[in-house]
Amino acid sequence: MALKTETMILNMGPQHPSTHGVLRLELELEGELIKNVKPHIGYLHRCFEKHAEAMTYPQVIPYTDRMDYLASMYNNFGYVLAVEKLLGIQVPERVEYIRVIMGELQRIASHLVAIGTYGLDIGAFTPFLYCFRDREKILSLFEMTCGARLLYNYMWIGGLSHDIHPDFVRLTKEFIKSFRPTIDELNYLLSYNKIFIERTANIGVLPLDTAINYGVTGPVLRGSGLAFDLRKNEPYSIYDRFDFDIPVGKGLMGTVGDCWDRYYVRVQEMEQSLRIIEQAIDQIPEGDVQAAIPKRIKPPKGTVYFRVENPRGELGYFIISDGSPNPFRVKVRAPSFVNLEVLGELCKGHLVADVVAILGSIDIVLGEVDR
Amino acid sequence: MKSAEEIFEILKNEFGEAIISIEKDLPTEPIISINPFEIKKVCMFLRDNEELKFDSLMVLSGVDDANGEKIKDEDGTEIIKGGTLSVYYHLYSIPFKHKVTLKVSTPRENPQVESVESVWKCADWHEREAYDMFGIIFLNHPDLRRILMPYDWEAGYPLRKDYKNPEFYQGMKVPY
Amino acid sequence: MGLLDKEFSDGNIVITKVEDLFNWARLSSIWQLGFGLACCAIEMMATSASHYDFDRFGVIPRNTPRQADAIIISGTVTLKMALRIKRLYEQMPEPKYIISMGSCANCGGPYWEHGYHVLKGVDRVIPVDVYVPGCPPRPEALLEGLLKLQEKIRNESLMKKSV
Repeated sequence: MALKTETMILNMGPQHPSTHGVLRLELELEGELIKNVKPHIGYLHRCFEKHAEAMTYPQVIPYTDRMDYLASMYNNFGYVLAVEKLLGIQVPERVEYIRVIMGELQRIASHLVAIGTYGLDIGAFTPFLYCFRDREKILSLFEMTCGARLLYNYMWIGGLSHDIHPDFVRLTKEFIKSFRPTIDELNYLLSYNKIFIERTANIGVLPLDTAINYGVTGPVLRGSGLAFDLRKNEPYSIYDRFDFDIPVGKGLMGTVGDCWDRYYVRVQEMEQSLRIIEQAIDQIPEGDVQAAIPKRIKPPKGTVYFRVENPRGELGYFIISDGSPNPFRVKVRAPSFVNLEVLGELCKGHLVADVVAILGSIDIVLGEVDR
Repeated sequence: MKSAEEIFEILKNEFGEAIISIEKDLPTEPIISINPFEIKKVCMFLRDNEELKFDSLMVLSGVDDANGEKIKDEDGTEIIKGGTLSVYYHLYSIPFKHKVTLKVSTPRENPQVESVESVWKCADWHEREAYDMFGIIFLNHPDLRRILMPYDWEAGYPLRKDYKNPEFYQGMKVPY
Repeated sequence: MGLLDKEFSDGNIVITKVEDLFNWARLSSIWQLGFGLACCAIEMMATSASHYDFDRFGVIPRNTPRQADAIIISGTVTLKMALRIKRLYEQMPEPKYIISMGSCANCGGPYWEHGYHVLKGVDRVIPVDVYVPGCPPRPEALLEGLLKLQEKIRNESLMKKSV
């Protein structure tokens, strides 16, 4: 006679050490194997879009910082470029160079947190401390420029809030020199570690056509083999003047598109960001960073959709303006919101412990998912 | 790479009166308006056609047009009657690198739009969010329920222009 | 002044009050529940990392509320999350302490005016001991908040209930 079996529902609740924030996952288990994963979000919904309708265009910028709080320079960057496209103004060259340098430094800082906490989830405590030690060096560069460590409100419409400190160029060059050996140290500690490879290779394989249909972008898409990066495919600001590569996942340790590939794409992207900063730091022209800031910002009636390459993927701002000083509607296309949908597909057939590895490799920030 | 006018011509030849109009004199991008109940057929054609190949949906957003008449209710609150709610679709093609923007409009009292979740899977959560924030019902969606607000939120649809905050939610005071 | 002032001559005997002994033991090893909600959580993680070490004060992150002494509410509390915070607070054993970190947890923060889903201050659901202001507060500010909590514990009494 046959045994009656049923699946068990396990709750990985909003308070959990490995969910990178307040995310609730409902796992349907058969023993240790996963049959289905249902994410529940909304525990950090802070009503950004309602605030954007009530504030004027410059007053929205601090709120954009707080959405993806690990890459706040880039959130500012995307919003400011979208409004400048609607207004049709051109910023001075010095502003463009400083924006690119700050953006790439922010990308390195964000990837350091992603790598450090990923190691912490898998069980390795030391890379977390090493990554945060290097991140402190970048944060002190930011603090020297604009006074804040985490949420900057630095890029304004038409310019920047402060000019760079006289010592900034020298200290950045020292940072670049001291950071290259750290990437090698990180590879030696974590990337080629046998236990790490056992836990992440061949886990959570994402085929390329599923990835495009689900709309994933960023290192998750590049880990599956497609070299699509908005800085090269649709260059914005002055990215077309610099020479850098797009790392893709090649399946070195397992299959193309597994967790190790997505993780290694991030490590390689840090190296490419260093190349961009090296090229840009010597070419900063003179000028005034606040010359092009308009006195009153009232864009013409119309819509604009502008997208930039966040450390997590494609960040898009859809702004509708009706001619008044307040935006009519601001919709944010957050990369983590779209990337999180693919979690259900990736986890089927794996064990419970692999959910943590897969979720860490997608690298979500809940402030962005819930806005 | 095709421009928005060429895409409009191709769609008009294929679908006739399901395609309503194209707005061209905007500062940034032209917008094509489509009938809300035919949007799924149009999107399936846009994705599979050999010359167009729009294989990625960038963003899907709901908008409250606020173009009805504002009248004052019994207790002095302002509500909007009539007018439309709209949904905007931005599409992109990775092989051909062209983009297009589509728009559908539905009446405010009974907003219903055909769901495009079977064309691009990423529309799933975007449509749930549009339902949660505006109240737009997407027909044939596999699982239409609230995504960002709590599942038992009774007080309406937050991003509409005439939304009012409730006083208490489960024993906690909501306003400042 | 401390416990070692009251030593006898051979050094192994100390005379003190039971209250002081208990308070000293409690304030030197506050084990916190690792509860990060939003941007302030990153500053809390940076405080636990090696630059502004939290461990030298005896503070270790624990994963479950049933083994924790203190909870640091770092980040915005939404209405959906507030019910779960109340449940976590009720799961912690006595004596327990709450530190509210950041502007959002103190009073709603930048979202006070139009936030329809934000709880304006976590003290609407649980009682708070120390408020740390800032958006986000610097790690030094969080360490000062911890020192203030230690001072509060030092002045506690076993006989009278502290408010």
